[in-house]
Amino acid sequence: MAGSSRKKLLLMGRSGSGKSSMRSIIFSNYSAFDTRRLGATIDVEHSNLRFLNNMTLNLWDCGGQDIFMENFLNNSSNASSANNIFTKCEVLIHVFDVESKEVSKDIEIFQRVLKNLHQFSPEVKVFILVHKMDLIQVNKRQELFDIMMSKLQEIANEYSFKLTGFATSIWDESLYKAWSSIVCSLIPNISLYEQHLLKFNDVLNAKEIILFEKTTFLVISSTNRLISMNREDLDPKRFEKISNIIKTYKQSVNKIRTNFTNLLVNGLNSSIYLDVLTSNIYIMIIMDHSKDFDQDLGVRIDDQNLILENVKVARKLFERIEASGR
Amino acid sequence: MEAIDSKDKKATILLMGLRRSGKSSICKVVFHNMQPLDTLYLESTSKPTTETFTSLIDLAVMELPGQLSLFEPSLYDSEKIFASIGALIYVIDSQDEYLSALQNLAVIINYAYKINPKLHIEVLIHKIDGLSEDFRLDTQRDIMQRVGDDLLDYGLEGVQVSFYLTSIFDHSVYEAFSRIVQKLVVELPQLENLLDLVMQYSGFDKVFLFDVNSKIYVATDSSPVDIQTYEVCAEFIDVTIDLDGLYEQSEEASRPTKCVSRLQSGSVLYLHRMIRGLALVAISSFGKDDPRAENPNVKNAISIIDHNVNVFKKSLETMWEGSRIR
Ligand SMILES: Nc1nc2c(ncn2[C@@H]2O[C@H](COP(=O)(O)OP(=O)(O)OP(=O)(O)O)[C@@H](O)[C@H]2O)c(=O)[nH]1
Ligand SMILES: Nc1nc2c(ncn2[C@@H]2O[C@H](COP(=O)(O)OP(=O)(O)O)[C@@H](O)[C@H]2O)c(=O)[nH]1
Ligand SMILES: [Mg+2]
Repeated sequence: MAGSSRKKLLLMGRSGSGKSSMRSIIFSNYSAFDTRRLGATIDVEHSNLRFLNNMTLNLWDCGGQDIFMENFLNNSSNASSANNIFTKCEVLIHVFDVESKEVSKDIEIFQRVLKNLHQFSPEVKVFILVHKMDLIQVNKRQELFDIMMSKLQEIANEYSFKLTGFATSIWDESLYKAWSSIVCSLIPNISLYEQHLLKFNDVLNAKEIILFEKTTFLVISSTNRLISMNREDLDPKRFEKISNIIKTYKQSVNKIRTNFTNLLVNGLNSSIYLDVLTSNIYIMIIMDHSKDFDQDLGVRIDDQNLILENVKVARKLFERIEASGR
Repeated sequence: MEAIDSKDKKATILLMGLRRSGKSSICKVVFHNMQPLDTLYLESTSKPTTETFTSLIDLAVMELPGQLSLFEPSLYDSEKIFASIGALIYVIDSQDEYLSALQNLAVIINYAYKINPKLHIEVLIHKIDGLSEDFRLDTQRDIMQRVGDDLLDYGLEGVQVSFYLTSIFDHSVYEAFSRIVQKLVVELPQLENLLDLVMQYSGFDKVFLFDVNSKIYVATDSSPVDIQTYEVCAEFIDVTIDLDGLYEQSEEASRPTKCVSRLQSGSVLYLHRMIRGLALVAISSFGKDDPRAENPNVKNAISIIDHNVNVFKKSLETMWEGSRIR
């Protein structure tokens, strides 16, 4: 049973493509600036991360230097070999340095990785990160990304893998978006979270509710109640930005050797509540109090204590959902 | 240029130093939220530039380009400038050979003191991020010693000079500016008294009155400032502004009005918007034997704080009205 919730993620790509950097940022609270200190990864660095209640993310950060890559690829001839890193993988995250000088070599390695996975973990989900996008001129990014992805998909077709691609950089929010998607693909009862979040918002009528995983601050689920409200009004990159802001906040209060338990921001037209939902999830509720809330009811629905009471009720529910997932 | 004690006008701080000592970088980082690393691409300054910000009085920082000779009469009426400023900040690049900077400084002090003996003279020993911990103190000692000797040579042994170790890569430069600015606020003693009262009645450990834009604190209570506490409070402003900005439709003017965050340590971070772009930010810890600690929402404690802070805000308004009268 314990084994079934252990998910093996392979993080691959040529040396210097940025694998260890992104791992350190998402899972170890590094800032983008800190990553300059990272040395090349020797062989494989394992990290085990508890994610939600009963899931362990078992991340294999594979050193990208040619000697290590050849070693991985050549040791895989025997399926039972302990050296075969390609067995029992749930996810492959393959990172491409967008400025790489050796594109054909990058692609060749990718193809060999896919070949192995096709043999040893045919069910694996394949994610492509076209990384260091910050180095490319803004108006050229999309085109470059599309070319890259169609080329890679062509190769993947041979092994019947369907690729999911992201353009990423450690210097902006794109990294969180990519990793949120990767991690959500591993949560089997993800739709339950969505359903219940929707129900919860029937009670609250919030502008938006977002669930975040607690250690990584990756978005698990969200709902957005006011249909009348133009969604275009909301920043499409807000989730990633929130992740970034809150991680910054977490690092900030770390300086006085503590963490935050909740946060309330009262603005002119909206209030933002951030609170612990379950032991693994934070909830963020955005209430709109620009209009039509206090009129009919005579009380302000966005009263702080009322919201906190509601979160308490929701807590029980979401704890059960969490327990039901494997 | 106006005199410091006519409060309806600006108090001016003059920023001087040799070329490349870091003057423009300091201005960009403190007043324009530029990322420290981006200062690498700053062009050399060729004419005086002025930044303004608010406290109870309006303040201006005027940067004089380092390559110009101060005593070039066609360029400045330097006598008039020195007669009207409140403080002189001299920036020394501690990573460079600083003897010529010290000579330059001594000449300037000698000149300025004769014109305006009430002038505050502040020396930033800058770019200390490049020096090891031990070496910083050695450098400071050496510079203080040499400046002292130079002043003695000029027969100026009574002149007060303050020294600060600064870097744009941490909060030290903000801390230095805060202390410098505070010396120019005539109402500072009253402000401090009021903040002491707020602190006493609200159970705060530390309270700052910030200029929200620059993160310079224009006043704090009389307890010593711990840099970590300052950083956490300053960063709290950014966190709340950034979050609020994601959901507020209206353009600039809207800024969070009141924010509260509970920390695991039992402390509470508290922000309350004041007049004139100022905000009160405080940290409180409700000790174990404090009855307020028992209430998980610290509901009552927060209402008491709100009340006290509103009283403070009123006093601030009154004080400001008073300070505008000629
Ligand atoms: N400009 C830019 N630099 C990045 C980005 N991501 C990582 N880097 C830099 O790229 C360098 C190499 O990153 P690593 O994470 O060590 O690379 P790696 O893929 O783990 O390399 P191996 O361990 O040798 O396989 C570091 O100096 C990072 O700071 C990015 O998005 N943009
Ligand atoms: N290491 C370090 N470099 C700094 C610091 N402040 C400024 N610099 C660098 O010093 C150089 C000169 O700065 P600039 O502001 O143009 O100097 P100015 O001529 O006095 O205005 C720039 O390359 C800055 O990036 C600092 O605190 N630490
Ligand atoms: Mg690595």
